[in-house]
Amino acid sequence: MAEKSGADILVEALCDLGVEVVFGYPGGAVLPIYDAMFRSGRIKHILVRHEQAATHAAEGYARSTGKPGVVLVTSGPGATNAVTGITDALLDSIPMVVITGQVPTSLIGTDAFQEADTVGITRHCSKHNYLVKDPARLGAVIHEAFHIATSGRPGPVVIDIPKDVQVATARYVKPGVIQHKTYRPQVKAPQSEIEQVVDMLAAAERPILYTGGGVINAGPAASQLLCELARITGAPVTSTLMGLGAFPASSPQFLGMLGMHGTFEANMAMNQADLVVAIGSRFDDRVTGRLDAFSPNSRKVHIDIDRSSVNKNVRVDLAIIADAGHAMEDMVRVWKARQHPKPDTSDWWRRIAGWRAVKSLDFPESGTEIMPQRAIRALWEATHARSPIITTEVGQHQMWAAQHFGFEKPNKWLTSGGLGTMGYGLPAAIGAQLGNPKALVIDIAGEASIQMNIQELATATQYRLPVKIFILNNEYMGMVRQWQELTYESRYAESYSDSLPDFVKLGEAYGWKGIRIEARGELEDGIRAMLDHEGPVIVDCRVAKLANCFPMIPSGAAHTDMILQANEVSGTMDDEAKALV
Amino acid sequence: MVGLSTLGPARGFPNPESSRTREEGRSPMHIKTEATERHTLSVIVDNEPGILARIAGLFTARGYNIESLTVSEITADKAVSRITIVTSASPSVMEQIIAQLDRLVPVHKVTDLTARGAHVERELALVKVAGTGDHRIEALRLAEVYRARVVDATIASFVFEVTGTIEKIDKFVELMGEVGLVEVARTGIAAIARGREAA
Repeated sequence: MAEKSGADILVEALCDLGVEVVFGYPGGAVLPIYDAMFRSGRIKHILVRHEQAATHAAEGYARSTGKPGVVLVTSGPGATNAVTGITDALLDSIPMVVITGQVPTSLIGTDAFQEADTVGITRHCSKHNYLVKDPARLGAVIHEAFHIATSGRPGPVVIDIPKDVQVATARYVKPGVIQHKTYRPQVKAPQSEIEQVVDMLAAAERPILYTGGGVINAGPAASQLLCELARITGAPVTSTLMGLGAFPASSPQFLGMLGMHGTFEANMAMNQADLVVAIGSRFDDRVTGRLDAFSPNSRKVHIDIDRSSVNKNVRVDLAIIADAGHAMEDMVRVWKARQHPKPDTSDWWRRIAGWRAVKSLDFPESGTEIMPQRAIRALWEATHARSPIITTEVGQHQMWAAQHFGFEKPNKWLTSGGLGTMGYGLPAAIGAQLGNPKALVIDIAGEASIQMNIQELATATQYRLPVKIFILNNEYMGMVRQWQELTYESRYAESYSDSLPDFVKLGEAYGWKGIRIEARGELEDGIRAMLDHEGPVIVDCRVAKLANCFPMIPSGAAHTDMILQANEVSGTMDDEAKALV
Repeated sequence: MVGLSTLGPARGFPNPESSRTREEGRSPMHIKTEATERHTLSVIVDNEPGILARIAGLFTARGYNIESLTVSEITADKAVSRITIVTSASPSVMEQIIAQLDRLVPVHKVTDLTARGAHVERELALVKVAGTGDHRIEALRLAEVYRARVVDATIASFVFEVTGTIEKIDKFVELMGEVGLVEVARTGIAAIARGREAA
């Protein structure tokens, strides 16, 4: 068998792995790979305008299709620009493989041009990483990297390839099924543990299913199983930010999102439950609030594929290490085999109905001003029938979207949850549109976040991607301003978005359609105009400038200490509370 | 405000229990620390480049503490290493440390030797002592008590090799301080489970 260059091996291995799209940006240390891709013509390359956007686009592609996202960047600044997206994918468990060029092996360690210690820098923000110094190892490493990125708890894997390794030749043989010698994630739980959780669910008077991104990662079948589990047990379901869409928002059993900006009913139900079954969620600080007051009287079961998630923040009574889909499938099977009747949870639901009656997501409206919540609801009204994919940036608009845009299916909600990366939404929308060419893809943005990767307008133009950007423009970094209002007596240090561009003209400069919506009466028509245009559209929707995002559990407070409306706010905070994120 | 009535008055920001007004004086904030216990962990790893940085970096990245870390190849083909880590943490953090180590891709197995029970821990130290006359004789006498061997000698100095637990070596070094201690080199802890089974 003839030998091939490392670059050709890489391209062939990517093809063998079924990779269709690579998001990247060329540079000196990856020129052999770009040439190999050019000659092969088998992989579509999407040229972004900044390497960070390549990583977020790959995340958007991965989250919306379930397939791993692939990134190709050069050494030095190419790799360091990708670090934010790699970390983002680690925190949100997104399968991603990042290929970085490196200076030739003989120059490593000499402070060569565009040299950075990529494996050193990414060691703790990736699931795993490699520096490949031998082209004969390259094929096996690439296949192993995809295996690690996509199995167990998914995450980003970095492969650093020095330029001489891309040029030198070796043989490539497509490996068979990978049996890694140390990495063997447990996907199925022992039957005894499944039986224990079924016993607990059958005996519970006030159960709640607390689900997260792990259900989405387990594939669409897991979302079906969640619906079935909820149906047969009658338990209410609440979801983390990352888990939205796994359970239909329209279901009467859905309590909405929980946590810092969750609904009153979800947080009260967590607080009063006698059994919490966490499925693919990780008791994040945004979810738990004050730990010693978190769901104080419940027994807790944690189903997670990552053992290190168990007992990290909250001690649980039963840990089940398994893929969320496998675990729920087993639970449903055991429940049905035992012919458990649906437990009588009517008292529990009566209490939940009382909390629901608070209508914690209601918001005040007056005059012609557009409340941001109203804008999200109008967007939902106009688009939900098309089952759109929604991406967001980070801040108030993200929380309003999570609260007011109801998701019925998984893989439709792409947001930066763990890392909270402003600038995520536009490139993620581009990646999602590439993976779902026929879908309606909308980036719900803020006027501050959108500017963090605004250069990607050109990427959408180049590839004729009809993504829509819907900016809730309140001229503030709203979440920063909200915290300053709540805890620093409204001293708005640097949170005003000064010198904003004219987003309509900016969009037009990039070949987009631009629309401005300024009054309540223009909202529906403006959204319709956005949807009617076949190409990409940027909407500058001017909303109430000082609206705040409620309900809110202040950092370090208990679930029962929710602020429902602005008039409950005092505007000061002691040092202990200020020190919390 | 229907549902809130059962919960007492609606809470402001922050909740009244934890807040103080300015007139009362600001509550100074202190960093809290938890009681810790010392454990010896044995980590079997694939002997690949960067593995030590991966393990040590995990400890710094997550704020865990390392008292001692040793690493050496343990198979004839040099493919596998044992890393022995002595660390102090609260019980819940210790559980996290083990879980976090265990999920690293090149890690074969993590054993908490302290939790598992009986095991042997040894450290080797080289201790240089300089002096003449009574100090020199006293140093030799103490070395004999501690089963330390002389591995280098000049007219005015010795280098002792001493093996034992951390506590024994600490004590020996402390005593040498009285009789002309110059410098110390220690290997860190190597540990293994007692009995016939591999841990």
